[in-house]
Amino acid sequence: MRALELEELARNHGERRVLSGVSLTLEAGETLVVFGPNGAGKTTLLRVLATLLRPHGGSVQVLGRTLPHEGWAVRGRVGMLAHEPMLYRELSARENLLYHARLHGLTRARVNELLDRVGIGDRADDPLRTLSRGMVQRVAIARTVLHDPELLLLDEPYAHLDPAARELVDPLLCAGAPTSAGGRRTRVISSHDPTGGLQEADLVLGLRAGRVAVLRERASVRSSELVELYR
Amino acid sequence: MKRTVGALLRKEMLVELRTLESVPGMSLFSLTTFVIFHFALNRNSIDGDLAAGILWVTLLFAAMLGINRLFVADSEEGALDGFLLAPVDRSALLAAKVLALLAYLVVLELVAVPAFALLLLGPSLGPGLGGLVAVLALGDIGVAVIGTLVSALAVRTRARDLLGPLLALPLLVPVVIAGARASSPLLALHSSGTPAGRWLLTLALYDLLFGLIAYALFDFLVED
Amino acid sequence: MDWKALAAPRVLAVATAVVLTTALTLVFFYAPLEAEQGFLQKIFYVHVPLAIVSLCGFVAGGILAIAHLRTGDSRWDVRSYVAIHMSLIFGLATLITGSIWAKGSWGHWWVWNEPTLVSFLIVFLLYATYQPLRFAIEDPERQARYASVFAITAGAFVPMNFIAVRLSSAYVHPRVLGATGNLPGAMELTFAISLAAIALLYLTLCSLELHTKRARAQLRALRRRVEERTGAPARAPARSAAPSLPLPPRTVGTITSMRNHPGREA
Repeated sequence: MRALELEELARNHGERRVLSGVSLTLEAGETLVVFGPNGAGKTTLLRVLATLLRPHGGSVQVLGRTLPHEGWAVRGRVGMLAHEPMLYRELSARENLLYHARLHGLTRARVNELLDRVGIGDRADDPLRTLSRGMVQRVAIARTVLHDPELLLLDEPYAHLDPAARELVDPLLCAGAPTSAGGRRTRVISSHDPTGGLQEADLVLGLRAGRVAVLRERASVRSSELVELYR
Repeated sequence: MKRTVGALLRKEMLVELRTLESVPGMSLFSLTTFVIFHFALNRNSIDGDLAAGILWVTLLFAAMLGINRLFVADSEEGALDGFLLAPVDRSALLAAKVLALLAYLVVLELVAVPAFALLLLGPSLGPGLGGLVAVLALGDIGVAVIGTLVSALAVRTRARDLLGPLLALPLLVPVVIAGARASSPLLALHSSGTPAGRWLLTLALYDLLFGLIAYALFDFLVED
Repeated sequence: MDWKALAAPRVLAVATAVVLTTALTLVFFYAPLEAEQGFLQKIFYVHVPLAIVSLCGFVAGGILAIAHLRTGDSRWDVRSYVAIHMSLIFGLATLITGSIWAKGSWGHWWVWNEPTLVSFLIVFLLYATYQPLRFAIEDPERQARYASVFAITAGAFVPMNFIAVRLSSAYVHPRVLGATGNLPGAMELTFAISLAAIALLYLTLCSLELHTKRARAQLRALRRRVEERTGAPARAPARSAAPSLPLPPRTVGTITSMRNHPGREA
């Protein structure tokens, strides 16, 4: 089963086409990295794949299910890390993760495990508004992988993280992790870093003004080409 | 579904306990309003129609404060998206929010009704209390349902604090009519203690109608 | 029968003119003078049809909104908007004529004893928030969706409201401005024709507005095509409370170098 199959995906905002004619396929276990300037449609693409936005044209299949009709079947198997942490500032890290755990039917032990793995153990019971942005990002990462998703959608995952924190979370977000459903985890990462981001990719997608400007396997893409996108 | 509503409710109550945004404000508002009414009407005690009217208007306007805040915490930091990504029924959110708002209204009334009896009400509340509780209960359900629907509508607009009351108040007129008319004899000098069945029926009909409508339409407000 | 042709503004306008003239003639020359209220009572032939048509329009707006939510086709939303918008205008006329009637009959510009008028005021206040609500939402698709949710809720509210207000005044005061049942034959005929006239007027105005929107949409499409050809920068559409008919979405700018192959190249 392919992880992603997009054909002529389109999404509008009023009369403006935010995404148009996006077609690609991604096999399970591979990593797709999306590049492009602000407003190119990267976040929109991720949100469509997450079932948060409905496609306005073309066809979208995520983990073998067609969106938007079968979106409900995909939700428990996808994890999304967005610009916003999707957490409640007044609650603590533990309370936030317990809330998500209950929504997904997971155990308290799992929450504790992840709190330790992202290194928030000692501040787990302080309200999030007292934590630094980097720590909040770590909690958000914990939230993303809490339910062990088959598909990860990461919107600039390493923003706000210092190198030490980055080392901590890398194993959680890395490609090789086996999933509970068997097979390897698939990832779609949006990145602003033409050199670093390129390393992670199996497939490279460059968006400009909502359209596909670059779509090739990593080996044949040079970072200078990606820098061109931003001109 | 029950587990989801439970998880959502728990989160609502935790956030409310931490921020104390809604309930204390609503309660304090009602107390202040009673004092203002005393001076505005220049009366030491009221009963019957006037009492019912003032009680219901005060409760309604205090409810507006709670309605305005209902979805605010979810609209910040993308928290609502976190719920939308979970493999759960979206109607659970509607149920949880209605129950939460209902809880806030009950606490509000636990403060406001005794205060009202103390500050403004002439006749004793005793004989009419049971009936009043029944009327308030049915009215609260209507306010909670409409309040949740309107709050979800208004929260993602630009003028959310203004639009909330503007939308909710006309929609709640039938509740005010039935509630005040039903309460009036209960707050009168020689109250019989039983509210007229006609008004209870109206309130029940209203609750049922808009409960069904909210259930049918809520998904369209949270999904994109 | 070509229904589409019948709904064309020209046909409707002619029909409206004919029926309206007939109605006015009947009102002034045929319908008998009512005993108690005299000449002023004739405003009844305008006020009540306005009320009925307006309320039906609001409910129709709700039904059209249901179609919008079920199909996702924004043309239903435009129709819903026009229906509600026009009903709001007719509703205002209802309140004004009702007020004139009340002043003439009772000496007050407003009476609380007439439950229909009172219910109307509440409904009017509710629907008056429709346009501010739309204006407060910038994203056009969400604006249409939220407006439809409102239209359906408000549409269901209309009958509920009337029941509640009726109940509240039925046992307190008798109806002031006269019942509409049990009319003598001549009055009944005049009333029926007047109702038809106002209904046709409503449909004509709605049809006109829809046609104007269509023309405006076509104009915008042409203008955009010119802009794309000449490479003029795209102008962001101004915020608006009124929905517009959908155009094929534009492609933003031109792509100079493009590798757009589905699948991959190694």
